[in-house]
Amino acid sequence: MKKSYQSLEDNSTNNMKQVIYRNLTSKILYLGFILLLTFSTSLSAQEGDPVNGKKVFLANCASCHKLDKVMTGPALRNVEARLAEEHGLDREWINAWIRNSAAVIKSGDPYANKIYNEYNQSPMTALASLTDQDISDVLAYTAQPKPEPVVPTVDPNTNTQGEGGVSNNIILGALAVLFGLLAMALILVKRTLNRFAEAKGIEVPSKKGGDSIWKAFVQNQFLVLVTAIFFLLASGYFAYGYFMQIGVDQGYEPVQPIHYSHRIHAGDNGIDCKYCHSSARVSKTSGIPSLNVCMNCHKSISEVAPATLAEGKEYGVDYNAEIQKLYDAVGWDGTAYTGDSKPVKWIRVHNLPDFAYFNHSQHVTVGGIECQTCHGPVEEMEIMYQDAPLTMGWCINCHRETNVKVKDNAYYTKIHEQLSKKYGVEQLTAAQMGGLECGKCHY
Amino acid sequence: MHINMKIAAKYIVVSILLVSFVSCQKNSRPNYQYMPNMYESVGYETYQESDAFANGVEAQLPAEGTIPRGDFMPFEIDNTTEGYEEAKLNLTSPLDSTQVDYEQGKVLYDIYCAICHGTKGDGNGTLAKKELIIPGSYADKDITTGSIYHTIYYGKNTMGSYANQLSETERWHVVAYVEKLKADLKK
Ligand code: HEC
Ligand code: HEC
Ligand code: HEC
Ligand code: HEC
Ligand code: HEC
Ligand code: HEC
Ligand code: HEC
Repeated sequence: MKKSYQSLEDNSTNNMKQVIYRNLTSKILYLGFILLLTFSTSLSAQEGDPVNGKKVFLANCASCHKLDKVMTGPALRNVEARLAEEHGLDREWINAWIRNSAAVIKSGDPYANKIYNEYNQSPMTALASLTDQDISDVLAYTAQPKPEPVVPTVDPNTNTQGEGGVSNNIILGALAVLFGLLAMALILVKRTLNRFAEAKGIEVPSKKGGDSIWKAFVQNQFLVLVTAIFFLLASGYFAYGYFMQIGVDQGYEPVQPIHYSHRIHAGDNGIDCKYCHSSARVSKTSGIPSLNVCMNCHKSISEVAPATLAEGKEYGVDYNAEIQKLYDAVGWDGTAYTGDSKPVKWIRVHNLPDFAYFNHSQHVTVGGIECQTCHGPVEEMEIMYQDAPLTMGWCINCHRETNVKVKDNAYYTKIHEQLSKKYGVEQLTAAQMGGLECGKCHY
Repeated sequence: MHINMKIAAKYIVVSILLVSFVSCQKNSRPNYQYMPNMYESVGYETYQESDAFANGVEAQLPAEGTIPRGDFMPFEIDNTTEGYEEAKLNLTSPLDSTQVDYEQGKVLYDIYCAICHGTKGDGNGTLAKKELIIPGSYADKDITTGSIYHTIYYGKNTMGSYANQLSETERWHVVAYVEKLKADLKK
C-alpha cells in the first residue's frame, strides 16, 4: 500500500501538469483494485489453514482436480478469486456447490449449468460432510502462489560420487592416452638417437640373442610339435565357442521406438509385471501392453518429477519427450483423444525359433516361477535386454533342477503318486514329470 | 621410409582388428543364425506385422457384434453417467457367497489396483504417496457392488478401464474383495 502512495507522490511532483490528472485517475483506480484484492484475499487467508487444506484437498478433491492443470474438473488455483472476479460468485455459492453441485445445477444457476456442460456433464461428487472450516482451508490451499519450478541443484561433490562409473571411465581413458603418448615419445627418442648414432658413424650393437633363441626353437622338433598342437587346440576352442554362440541372442538390447524404462516403472514405482503383461497369467504369450494400459496412468502423469528428469539426463534421454511420443501414438492432446492414433512398433527381444514351444502360463501360473528367474533383473533395466541364453540346454537344465509344485493342484495328485514311487523320490522334478520329452517342446 | 611404412601397416592392422572385435560386441542387433528357414514362422506370430489386413497387424479385433463361445454374457449397461447410476442401483454379482474367492480377489487386486488404491483400499498406493495419482479412500466413497463393477468395466473419470486385463469372473472376485476392504476400513 505504502509503496503505491509514494509512487503516486513521486509522479505528481516529477511530472508535468497535463499528465498528472490522467495519471492520477488511473493510479487511483489501480489502488482501489489492489485494496480490494488484498482485502478479499487477506480475509480468506486469515481463516483458512493451507496445511490442513492440502490434506483435505488430497483426500477429497485431488482425484478430479489439479491446481494448475485441467483434469476431470477445472484447475483450481485461485479459484475463489477467479469465480468472484469473473462471475461474481461468493463463498456461499462455493459452499453450496461443493456440498451438492447437483442441487445447484438443478436450481437453474446459469454458471453452474454452463460449467457442467463444459465438462461433459460429468458430475462432481457431493461432499456434504465437509465443514465450513474444511472448505476455507481448501480454498486457502488453492490460493497459495504457484511454486517456482525447482531446478535440481547439482552439488559437484555428490555428482562425481554418483557418476563413479563415468568418471572412472574418463580417468581410464586419460591414462590410456597418457601411456600412448609416453610410448610414442620413447619411440621418437630412440629413433632420433639412432639417427644421431648413424650420422656420427657409431656402430650400435644390434641384439643377436633373440635370433639365436629362435633358431634353437626351430631346430627342436619336439617343441615345435607341442606348440603347433597347442595353437590348434586353442583355435579349435575359440572356433567352437564362436560357432556355438551363433543364433544365441543373449544380451540383445534393441533400441525401442519409445524409450520405455522398466527401472522406473517396475523398479522405482513397483508396478507389478502382470499389470502390463497381463496375459502371462493365462496364456502362452506374455504380450506387450496395449497403449490404453499406459494411459491408465499417463492420462494423469504427463511429466516426470524433476528428480526423475535429472536421472534421465544421465542416460541421455528426455523423459518428458518420451511421454509425448506416447501421447502422439495414442492420439491424446492433453485432455481428450483426437482419434488420430498410430501403432508403436516395439521391437521384439525374446524370440524362440518357430520349432520350439514355450508357454508362459504353464511356468508363471502353474509352476509359480518368478519372471526374474528367466528374464533377469528386469526392475533394474533402463533398456530391456535378453538376460538368459534361451537355448535348449538352458530349458533342460532348469527342468532337471526344478521341482514341480504339486501342492493344491489336484491335477497332479495321481500322476505324482505313481511317478514318485517309480523314481523313488519325494519330490518330482519337471524333467521326471515329462519335461524332457522332445514332443513337449517340439511339435 | 621403408621401416616407417611397415610400422604404419602394423598399427593399421591392429586397429582394424580391435575395431572389428568391438563392433562384434554390438547388442543392438540380433546375432547371426545358421539356417533361419525353420526359425522364422511361415504362419504369423503374435502381434506380428502383416499386410493381409488394412491396419497392418496380425492381431485383429473380433468382428462387430460377435461374441466368444461358451459362458459369456454381454454387459449391456452404457458407459454414461446414467449407466453408472443404473449399475449402482440395480446391478448385482452373479457369484453367490460360496463362489466368491477372496484369495483370488486379493491376488488380482494387488496386481491391478493396489498401485493406486493401496493394498488396504485406503487410497495410499505407491503412486498416491508420490502425489501422482490420488484416488481417495474407499471408505469415503459412495459405492455399491454394481458401481464398482461399472467402474472396473468402463473406468471413471481419471481411472481407466480394467476390462481387458480381467475376465468377467475375475472382475466379480475383485468387486467382492473391494467391498470387503471397504467394510474393513469402516470398522
Ligand atoms: C468426482 C470428481 C470430483 C471431485 C472429487 C471434486 N470435483 Fe470439483 N469439479 C468436478 C467437475 C467435473 C467440475 C466441473 C463442473 C461439473 O462438471 O460438474 C468441478 C467443478 C468444481 C468447481 C467449480 C470450478 C470453476 O472453475 O467453476 C469448484 C470450486 C470445485 N469443483 C471444487 C472442488 C473441491 C474443493 C473439491 C474437494 C473438496 C472437489 N471439487 C472435488 C469434479 C470433481
Ligand atoms: C508399465 C508397464 C510394464 C510393466 C509394469 C512391466 N513391463 Fe515389461 N514391457 C513393457 C513394454 C511397453 C515392453 C516393450 C518395450 C521394451 O521391450 O522395452 C516390455 C517388454 C518386456 C520384455 C521384453 C519383451 C520382448 O520383446 O521380448 C520382458 C521380458 C518384460 N517386459 C518383462 C517384464 C517383467 C519381468 C516385469 C516386472 C518386473 C515387467 N516387464 C513389467 C511394459 C511393462
Ligand atoms: C501404473 C502406472 C503407469 C503405467 C501403467 C505406465 N506408466 Fe509410464 N510412468 C509412470 C510413472 C509413475 C512414471 C515416472 C514419473 C516420475 O518419476 O515422475 C512414468 C514414466 C514414464 C516415462 C518417462 C520415463 C521413461 O520410462 O522413459 C515414459 C516414456 C513412460 N512412462 C511410458 C509409459 C508407457 C509406454 C507405458 C505403457 C506400456 C506406461 N508408461 C505405463 C506410471 C505408469
Ligand atoms: C521359465 C522361464 C520364463 C518365465 C518364468 C517367464 N518368461 Fe517371459 N519369456 C520366456 C521365453 C523363453 C520367452 C520367448 C518366448 C517365445 O519366443 O515364444 C519369453 C518371452 C517373453 C515376452 C515377449 C514375448 C511374449 O511372449 O509376448 C515377454 C513380454 C515376457 N516374456 C514377459 C514375462 C513376464 C512378465 C513374466 C512373469 C510374469 C515372464 N515373462 C516369465 C521365458 C520366461
Ligand atoms: C526356471 C526354470 C525353467 C526354465 C528356464 C524353463 N522351464 Fe519349462 N518348466 C519348468 C517347470 C517347473 C515346469 C513344470 C510346471 C508344472 O507343470 O508344474 C515346466 C514345464 C514345462 C513344459 C510342460 C512339461 C510337461 O510335462 O507338460 C514345457 C513344454 C516347458 N516347460 C517348456 C520349456 C521351454 C521350451 C523352456 C526354454 C525356452 C523352458 N521350459 C524353460 C521350469 C522351467
Ligand atoms: C524343454 C524344452 C525342450 C525339450 C524337452 C527338447 N527341446 Fe530341443 N530345443 C528347445 C529349444 C528352446 C530349442 C531352440 C534353441 C535355440 O534357439 O538355440 C531347441 C533346439 C533343438 C534343436 C536345434 C535345432 C537348430 O536348428 O538349432 C534340435 C536338433 C533339438 N532341439 C532336438 C531335440 C530333441 C531330439 C529332443 C528330445 C530328446 C529335444 N530337442 C527336446 C527346447 C527343447
Ligand atoms: C492408475 C491408478 C488407478 C488404478 C490402478 C485403479 N484405480 Fe480405481 N480409481 C482411481 C482414481 C483416480 C479414482 C477416482 C475417480 C473419480 O472419482 O473421479 C478411482 C476410483 C475408484 C472407485 C470409486 C468410483 C466411484 O464410484 O466413485 C472404485 C470402486 C475403484 N476405483 C476401483 C478400482 C479397482 C477395483 C481397481 C483395480 C481393478 C482400480 N480401481 C484400479 C485410480 C486408479
